Amino acid sequence: MVSQVSFSLEPNGFVAIGAYVTALLLISPDAKSYQYAIADPYPFVMTLQSNFVVALLLSGFLAALLALVLSFPVFRVRGDYLAIVTLGFGFIIKILAINHPEVTNGSLGLNDIPEFSNLYWTGGLAIVAVVVVLNIVNSKFGRAMKAVRDDEDAAIAMGVNTFKAKTLAFCTSAFFEGVGGGLLAALLTSISPDLFDFFFTFQLLIIIVLGGLGSTTGAIIGTVLVMGGSEWMRFLDEPMNLFGYETTAMPGMRMVVFSLVLIFYYAFCS
Amino acid sequence: MILKINNVTKNFGGVSAIKETSFSVAPKEIFGLIGPNGAGKTTMFNIITGNYEPSSGSVIFRNEVLNGLKPHHIVRKGIARTFQNIRLFSSMSVLDNVLIGFDFQARYGFMESILRFPRFIGEEKRIKARSMEILDYFGMSAYAHDKAVDLSYGQQRKVEIARALATNPELLLLDEPAAGMNPSETEELGELIKKARSDFDLTVLLIEHDMKFVNQLCDKVLVLDYGKTIFEGKPADAICDPEVIAAYLGDFHND
Ligand SMILES: Nc1ncnc2c1ncn2[C@@H]1O[C@H](COP(=O)(O)OP(=O)(O)OP(=O)(O)O)[C@@H](O)[C@H]1O
Ligand SMILES: [Mg+2]
Repeated sequence: MVSQVSFSLEPNGFVAIGAYVTALLLISPDAKSYQYAIADPYPFVMTLQSNFVVALLLSGFLAALLALVLSFPVFRVRGDYLAIVTLGFGFIIKILAINHPEVTNGSLGLNDIPEFSNLYWTGGLAIVAVVVVLNIVNSKFGRAMKAVRDDEDAAIAMGVNTFKAKTLAFCTSAFFEGVGGGLLAALLTSISPDLFDFFFTFQLLIIIVLGGLGSTTGAIIGTVLVMGGSEWMRFLDEPMNLFGYETTAMPGMRMVVFSLVLIFYYAFCS
Repeated sequence: MILKINNVTKNFGGVSAIKETSFSVAPKEIFGLIGPNGAGKTTMFNIITGNYEPSSGSVIFRNEVLNGLKPHHIVRKGIARTFQNIRLFSSMSVLDNVLIGFDFQARYGFMESILRFPRFIGEEKRIKARSMEILDYFGMSAYAHDKAVDLSYGQQRKVEIARALATNPELLLLDEPAAGMNPSETEELGELIKKARSDFDLTVLLIEHDMKFVNQLCDKVLVLDYGKTIFEGKPADAICDPEVIAAYLGDFHND
């Protein structure tokens, strides 16, 4: 039996929301007062302020809330269409960020975000996220999600409210994407709409497909391989001395090599 | 009467899969729905379970009209089903397949499962024990941790019935439960369904082509042909009914 795979391609949208929420809550009023160059910020933007933990939680909850609102139109469609609809959402968020400089400072982005994030925060929260996800997977909620993935009609026939199961999965992932966006903002110290390109989603997709769809361990291994690999191959972007010939710097060369490696992997190893 | 079908018609575009059909099923009865291929038997199941809305007519279960209810609500009222083509959850273990039947009966919240609250642990223990009991009843508990799709055809059919029973139904709908089984497996299944009727307090409505199986098992049968009722009564009488014989012979010649 062919199992139906449905992707949601929106993570860049929710990561962006989390990043902007955390940035707006962490940047000091002083730093806000001089960086809005395109339009004057709304007064409420100046008053937003919280500590790091609250900022991360709000980032997560806001992303989850938006996911909840989106589930009503989104889950009317199945399969391939779902990927297309959610992909559109990622673009919409990016365009909103560009067109509302009173909040986001438009294409210039937000700067001087305090650098609260570090390896302990990201690593620690990654562990918390894995534990939470595993606890969900090993409960009636996770079982219902798996049943919906395997055979939606059979799940309905067992009394599963499949809309609820899908919405719960969607909101949970949006929550963690929002928190992840907050961590990213507080690590990079500056964000702009360009950061949340399709490339970002593409990277996540590579991780998930490499690790195996629907596998938590696979997702962790995929992350380490892809992120580690793309750092390790950074030297490919730089000028090189190949057998005495000096090559010029080719930014993006490592992604070309990386894509080739992946294509060979899928063609011959899976 | 536990189930009443009142003058139900179902049209798909220009085709009438069911035409003005009425019948009633008494509590604890094993009721057979038979007829040649394409007669409308599975369509009738899909109307009872709420997967299809009838074009006209009504379905009444325990004095309540089911029309308009969503399928997952109808399951919760006490109607469970199996599928003509086995539809187990392919990535999941046999035990997890059965546990899905308890999805709406396990009383704990999302946060309680994330934080592993005592109520979560207690409820999971309870539904796992119940699932194992049901699997044991079908002689399948040794396979609890195997992938459902790795089992033999006959075993998968049993797991599907076990999964349906996990929803705690009063009415069980079986769509060709003996299809693909050999004669000894079929006979064993018949005994099992009879036994389950009393042990689980069930009313059974089943679709089956194997007339020997139907004869041995059913208290009453309804024969459909092209969506029309052509016979209702004892299975032994159905086999001698000229209209039933004609329907089956016609079907035989068409094949
Ligand atoms: N969703 C649908 N859309 C259109 N036509 C349908 C649909 N479902 C069933 N039909 C048609 O309705 C008629 C009855 O089909 P049904 O599946 O109920 O037959 P059945 O009695 O279960 O047959 P079988 O013994 O082969 O399982 C057939 O002509 C079928 O093509
Ligand atoms: Mg059928």
